[in-house]
Amino acid sequence: MSAVSVPTSGVGRLWSRTVDVFTSPKSGPVLVTAVLFVVMFLAGGARYRGFLSATTILNLMVSYSYLIVLAVGMSFVIISGGIDLSVGSVLALSTIIAARLLQFGWNPIVVILLILVITSVLGLLVGLMVHVFEIQPFIATLAAMFLARGMCYIIAKESISITDPFFSWMAKTRIILGYRMSITPSVVIALVVLAIAVWVLQYTRFGRTTYAIGGGEQSGMLMGLPTSRTKVLVYVISGFCSGLAGVLYAFYTLSGYALTGVGTELDAIAAVVIGGTLLTGGYGFVLGSALGVLVLGLIQTMITFEGTLSSWWTKIFIGALLLVFIILQKVLTSRRA
Amino acid sequence: MPDSAATRAGTPGAGPDPVVEMTDISISFPGVKALDGVGFRMFPGEVHSLMGENGAGKSTLIKALTGVYGVDAGEIRLAGEKVRFHNPAQAQAAGISTVYQEVNLLGNLTVAENVMLGREPRRLGGIDWRAMRRRAAEILEGLHLDIDPGSLLNSHSLAVQQLVAIARAIDVQAKVLILDEPTSSLDVEEVAELFRVIRSLKERGVAILFVSHFLDQVYEISDRLTVLRNGQFVGEYLTEELLRIDLVQAMIGRELSTLEEIGTKVHSADRDTSQDATPVTFLAAKAVGRKGAIAPTDLTIGAGEVVGLAGLLGSGRTELARLVGGVDRTDTGQLTVNGSPLRLRTPRQAIKHRIVYSSENRRAEGIVDELSVRDNIVLALQADRGWFRPIPRKRQDELAASYIEALNIKTPHADALVKNLSGGNQQKVLLARWLAIAPRLLILDEPTRGIDVGAKAEIQKLVYSLAENGMSVLFISAELEEVLRLSHRIVVLRDRRKVADLPNDALRVDDLLAVIAEGASEPELETGAAS
Amino acid sequence: MNLVYKALGHRLFWPLAMLVVLLAVNVIAVPGFLSITVNSEGHLFGSLIDIVRNGAPTLIIAVGMTLVIATRGIDLSVGSMCAIAGALACSIILASPTPNDVGTVTVAVLLSLALALVLGVWNGFLVAVLGIQPIIATLILMTAGRGIAMLITEGQILTVNSAPFKFIGSGFLAGIPVATIVAAVVLALVALLTRRTALGMLIESVGINPEASRQAGVRARGLLFTVYALSAVLAAVAGLILTSNQTAADSNNTGWLIELDAILAVVLGGTSLNGGRYSLTGTLVGALVIQTLITTVYTVGIPPIATMVFKAAVVVAVTLLQSSRVSSALARRRSRGRRAETVGSAAEAVAR
Repeated sequence: MSAVSVPTSGVGRLWSRTVDVFTSPKSGPVLVTAVLFVVMFLAGGARYRGFLSATTILNLMVSYSYLIVLAVGMSFVIISGGIDLSVGSVLALSTIIAARLLQFGWNPIVVILLILVITSVLGLLVGLMVHVFEIQPFIATLAAMFLARGMCYIIAKESISITDPFFSWMAKTRIILGYRMSITPSVVIALVVLAIAVWVLQYTRFGRTTYAIGGGEQSGMLMGLPTSRTKVLVYVISGFCSGLAGVLYAFYTLSGYALTGVGTELDAIAAVVIGGTLLTGGYGFVLGSALGVLVLGLIQTMITFEGTLSSWWTKIFIGALLLVFIILQKVLTSRRA
Repeated sequence: MPDSAATRAGTPGAGPDPVVEMTDISISFPGVKALDGVGFRMFPGEVHSLMGENGAGKSTLIKALTGVYGVDAGEIRLAGEKVRFHNPAQAQAAGISTVYQEVNLLGNLTVAENVMLGREPRRLGGIDWRAMRRRAAEILEGLHLDIDPGSLLNSHSLAVQQLVAIARAIDVQAKVLILDEPTSSLDVEEVAELFRVIRSLKERGVAILFVSHFLDQVYEISDRLTVLRNGQFVGEYLTEELLRIDLVQAMIGRELSTLEEIGTKVHSADRDTSQDATPVTFLAAKAVGRKGAIAPTDLTIGAGEVVGLAGLLGSGRTELARLVGGVDRTDTGQLTVNGSPLRLRTPRQAIKHRIVYSSENRRAEGIVDELSVRDNIVLALQADRGWFRPIPRKRQDELAASYIEALNIKTPHADALVKNLSGGNQQKVLLARWLAIAPRLLILDEPTRGIDVGAKAEIQKLVYSLAENGMSVLFISAELEEVLRLSHRIVVLRDRRKVADLPNDALRVDDLLAVIAEGASEPELETGAAS
Repeated sequence: MNLVYKALGHRLFWPLAMLVVLLAVNVIAVPGFLSITVNSEGHLFGSLIDIVRNGAPTLIIAVGMTLVIATRGIDLSVGSMCAIAGALACSIILASPTPNDVGTVTVAVLLSLALALVLGVWNGFLVAVLGIQPIIATLILMTAGRGIAMLITEGQILTVNSAPFKFIGSGFLAGIPVATIVAAVVLALVALLTRRTALGMLIESVGINPEASRQAGVRARGLLFTVYALSAVLAAVAGLILTSNQTAADSNNTGWLIELDAILAVVLGGTSLNGGRYSLTGTLVGALVIQTLITTVYTVGIPPIATMVFKAAVVVAVTLLQSSRVSSALARRRSRGRRAETVGSAAEAVAR
């Protein structure tokens, strides 16, 4: 009944299948991102010495492990059709709680666990506002953003440096992968989070329900899926991820500062969108979001390598990429409707 | 109220016991008695059609059966057991599955998920995708549906989505399958596909409740019919024993009008004495149609003529009116106004040509409920002038005041919000909006539905006098008496096509009923439409 | 009794109440809070003057935002628009040999507004023609906008020494701060533009019921272009005031988060984020509440950095009060009081 005329030749079939995959709202954008990443990487390699190596990618992962974790949390929220503006502030809150408590001589493990509990609870409150009181996610997370940033200032105005041995160890340790190739433990943590997120979204009812909410909450509910619980939980996950990202950021910078991560929510949203997730919800892959982070990082790296291009081009490029992907998504979804 | 004693067709043969038996069901909503002591039963392995016009109580009955509404009185038995459902999930668990008109599935997920989610096979604590796809493929195969379970649902046509919804429904060991208007957006071949699936389910002993506005389809697929009208049980019939005309009559009813008579009846005979035989054609539609809405149709409306559109709900009367009013775009055909061809892409363009469509859906498409009565009245006129040429406030007040008086709109003042008015007064405000732009063709889609008797009579009088003054009117109503009383000519639609174009020459309700049920039979009318 | 219910039901009741409470807190903390004095230069001086001066940029943006929100939209790009306008104006003035010339400043201001107009039309294009959700469409310029501003300033913080330019943000006219006058004029002009023409009514109509409006022949597309263009231009005006006040264009910080304050002002003023009926008076009250809140934090002696926490509390309180769940719960409670009224009007109807 699906009356697609299937070309008889093998090449034709392959071509039509390729076209199908690239024009599907599910896989199209993420494939475009992958192609873009490869092209950028190769173009960079052709242009700059020492660019085309695994080291470049590994360095990206070291610098942006925190953003990968943020983007993972944001992916859950955006796939469910929401948005989380609070992630940057919650990240800052997390670094500053870490710095202040470590200054008091708390056990680092206890501190980390406490941070994760606090940020998850904050996420829970946002989720309840969104679900129970039907407040738009934009507004509810805006409140959380103000709250978290305000709490940062209350805890400490100035930057506090972290001298805790465990945090220092996490910052300095390098896991050697090969000649001039190494990563930090934070990268491992980010990758583990990513792997868990991939599994949860793909292989659990909770994950599929997240997609269901983004595709049509009413339908999901009529199909008997646990939409209410899921809708609240995605914000808990985002809160948790923001907290964890803050911990990774504290590992990376060995400090806590109230002004950290200003505007990071935009980076996270951009990474998710460029990674092929539809801002209207329902479609997307969390692996794509990680790829989106790498694309953002690659833009930054290339601009650094270029030397003559100033840093603000990063923002303009990201904006332009956002535009391209948003229009691409619009075209791909409206064609289907 | 049921005319004649409520008929009830006998149990087929020695027959099994009914799988569903609803007795004396009553449900009230504030101000309305939606169901009043209605009985309904279904036997295993039969297709049972539930018939009725707007407000008959069909959807309320379905919702009572599926646990969306609780019942105020009466009882529901499922396979002999008394049941009480508090939510749709309970009904579904008990074996009552529903597929709604709008496919309530998730287009962004795969076909397999849409069939299986909620009871997905698991492996190592996660979803076993391979098993899920395999299981889904088996179920789809059972419905002879050859699609890739791994593909996205919204990459398929609506018909396939409809069948996937059925696949999901029947996998939960359904005893009863409710199909609420499953065919409204399907083409002929797709309907045939669906019917094939329905027949195979029937053989498995599933009882199928089928709701459709298409009489042909009802006669083709169903074994038994239950007719409701105004929340009451009219009768239960075996399809093969019920003539179409009797069905239509049962659905529409023949209540004697309680309305006051409008001066003279408008017959074309009366016209002949006052004017020339045929009025000057104002608008002519040639083969105007839209896929999935209405087959290519011819229609002419003369200046000062009232043309009635008659037909059952879903016959295409609204769809045709929307095309003429520029609300939906046409796929085929050509409109001409006063002899010159016209292409309408938006209602705005239609309004520029003084053609207005007044929607049947007053709340969603008519009034702007949070604006005042005055704003609502001047809205179309103002939109036509553009925002930078405001109608002076004094003029607005005059307009509002004159229409409030002329149409007898009951509102404390022109600044009152329209949402606080009664339905009839909201309808009059809407009429005032259209009259304010002095239309040459006024398309009224169910202008008298759901409003009180007094307002109804006033609106009828108004239509009559507008036409007297040279305005053309295309008038749609589910009430045949009303159409007969007002129209010079009546176009009858059935199953999304035109079946007759009758001058209102001493037509009687019975004549119209016959045409609606069977299509035209007189020689000068479209031939071959029906038996 | 009726009057009380009427007052409670008025959409400006809660924001006004909040404003009064905040002012009262200030008066208690600082007895001379309400006093306005004239200083040696003939300028009005006092806390209230500070509020209406410092709140001017937020109010100006919020006025444009009100119309955008009334169409069921939102404009996130206004903060970046502030930075762009400031950047362009400063770079033009700096590049000019005569920075103190009124003509130079006028050209700089007009060109900035023109650029904002173009960018606003771009937003309108994305929303009205491509049909992209407003929040997403304006996110693009929100992200890229600060890059554009930095492109204009070449990443520098441009400090300008131009008396006419400084006048916009920190000057006084007849004793009143120029920024306040500009805000008042903007508010009055937009109120006139929307209420004396049919713009306001058509915007509300589209926001309340888009399909009914379409069938009535309202052209939503043109309205959307208008409101996004207006929002951008007003954001540029606010950006010029902010930049002039700091005598420097700082692409990173000018107008940072001001979009959120503006949206908050609109919502506080009783215009629903779901579009429809809007109130510019409400937006005025909302902007005043926000600025008074900031001032209160100072006067009461709370560390100013905690303002954010208070804003969060206000956002939560207001949105909860406006949420359908809470309001339906309140309505249920109130209906007991209203029943008498209903009976009365029913009797009236019968009498007619």
